[in-house]
Amino acid sequence: MIYLDNAATTKVKKEVVDAMIPYFTEKFENPSSIYTPSREIAKDLQDAREYLAHTINADASEIYFTGSGSEADNWAIKGIAMAKKAKGRHIIISKIEHHAILESVKTLEKLGFEITYLNVDKDGLVDLEELENSIREDTILVSVMTANNEIGTIEPIKEIGAICHKHNCLFHTDAVQAYGVLDIDVKEDNIDLLSTSAHKINGPKGIGFLYVRKGLMISPLINGGNQEQGKRAGTTNSALIMGFKKAAELKFQTKDEDNKYILGLRDHLMDRVLKEIPYVRVNGSVEKRLPANMNFSFEFIEGEGMLLKLDALGICASSGSACTSGSLDPSHVLLAIGLPHAIAHGSLRLSIGKDNTLEEIDYVCDNLVKIISELRSMSPLYEDFVKKEGK
Amino acid sequence: MYSDKVMDHFTHPRNVGEIENASGVGTVGNAKCGDIMRIYLDIDENQIIRDVKFKTFGCGAAIATSSMATELIKGKSIYEALEITNKTVMEALDGLPPVKIHCSLLAEEAIHAALWDYAKKNNITIEGLKEPKSDIHDGEKDE
Repeated sequence: MIYLDNAATTKVKKEVVDAMIPYFTEKFENPSSIYTPSREIAKDLQDAREYLAHTINADASEIYFTGSGSEADNWAIKGIAMAKKAKGRHIIISKIEHHAILESVKTLEKLGFEITYLNVDKDGLVDLEELENSIREDTILVSVMTANNEIGTIEPIKEIGAICHKHNCLFHTDAVQAYGVLDIDVKEDNIDLLSTSAHKINGPKGIGFLYVRKGLMISPLINGGNQEQGKRAGTTNSALIMGFKKAAELKFQTKDEDNKYILGLRDHLMDRVLKEIPYVRVNGSVEKRLPANMNFSFEFIEGEGMLLKLDALGICASSGSACTSGSLDPSHVLLAIGLPHAIAHGSLRLSIGKDNTLEEIDYVCDNLVKIISELRSMSPLYEDFVKKEGK
Repeated sequence: MYSDKVMDHFTHPRNVGEIENASGVGTVGNAKCGDIMRIYLDIDENQIIRDVKFKTFGCGAAIATSSMATELIKGKSIYEALEITNKTVMEALDGLPPVKIHCSLLAEEAIHAALWDYAKKNNITIEGLKEPKSDIHDGEKDE
């Protein structure tokens, strides 16, 4: 199998599994209890919190564990909305946010909040001037992702944060794709809230964290016990937190060399596809882009067919076509960067990991050439195009 | 999510291609929804479908339903072909996931559109055949 869907999720490392196992078995006690074993576990968890905090230059007390990146996003949006609604009911997000953000603000819209959706340019970049012009007296929060999950575009978060602070409103960034890949410093980058998820960095699924700047008021999303400083109830998930810590340790140790290696494979993939397949475009910025991400649109064909044919060869990838989204519309990200529907349907996302090899990338390129021409040969759109060109 | 039959017809689609000087050609669907199906018919003087070919822009289900639909009508009379419904195509494929049912509707419409084209060219009326709604050119209009 050739796994090229690392933006969807990653393989949990053996060291990470080993780090978690004791907390399922011998260290099973509830970390909130008073007895000695629990206090020892609580100490381990505090170490994990401190380690994870330092990776973004935050304090341990600013890290709140959640059940996923989506929960962190939901909480940031809804928690700030609830805490700040007396100040205002206006929130700004970009059009290419993850569904966890998009659906959260839609819920708030139904409750009477007003949402401004920032446009992005053809590369997927937010326009800083449009952002500044959109901020109003009653704007309580701006949420723009650090890097996009579909097209890999890296947003200018430091500048966005500065604009937000200049106008006295809060800045949240969904860093689920960027955490462990880009250098993030919450103080330097003017970030008030930041979401992460462990399973994108070879950690377990079911754990993420929300960074909330010290002193900031946020309403809880999950009420109950006093865990996470009374802000997020639910028995502390010791094993997953320890797994998250281990995954982050491993990731940050080799971050720069991994990025360099992955970028080499990515550029090789991009060069070969652009050279060998006609009528293809790269979606997203080429320069301001996550190293692991590649997103192509192949004209005249539809994405799901490509995925099925790649799958038949043991290659795992993803697409922004409607047929893979479960609706009739293609990806909102591809539409936001201005792709016509027909071209958005023909998109293919390949997200590379450290375990991939140059041979694998070559195998994928060799087969993509065949798959694209096979699918085009049965496409009425391609037939019309060829006939038109022939005239 | 797909049955073995769907995967078989997707992987080895039957009757892909074009027919030159076809007796009837029908194109349905639109690029906005991500499905366009074109069916070519070669119909003899006894109104029997001698040959049929298709081209489809669309997902696995769209390609498989096109392939199955062409198999079902090949060698049949135009009236027998008219009786092929999306349900027939779906059943022949051992079912489709709910979100893909519109693909089977497209196959039925493509057959009807090709038959309509044939009737028009030959200046005949095929009883029970309605004029197809082709919205292929409405692809990029805003909602």
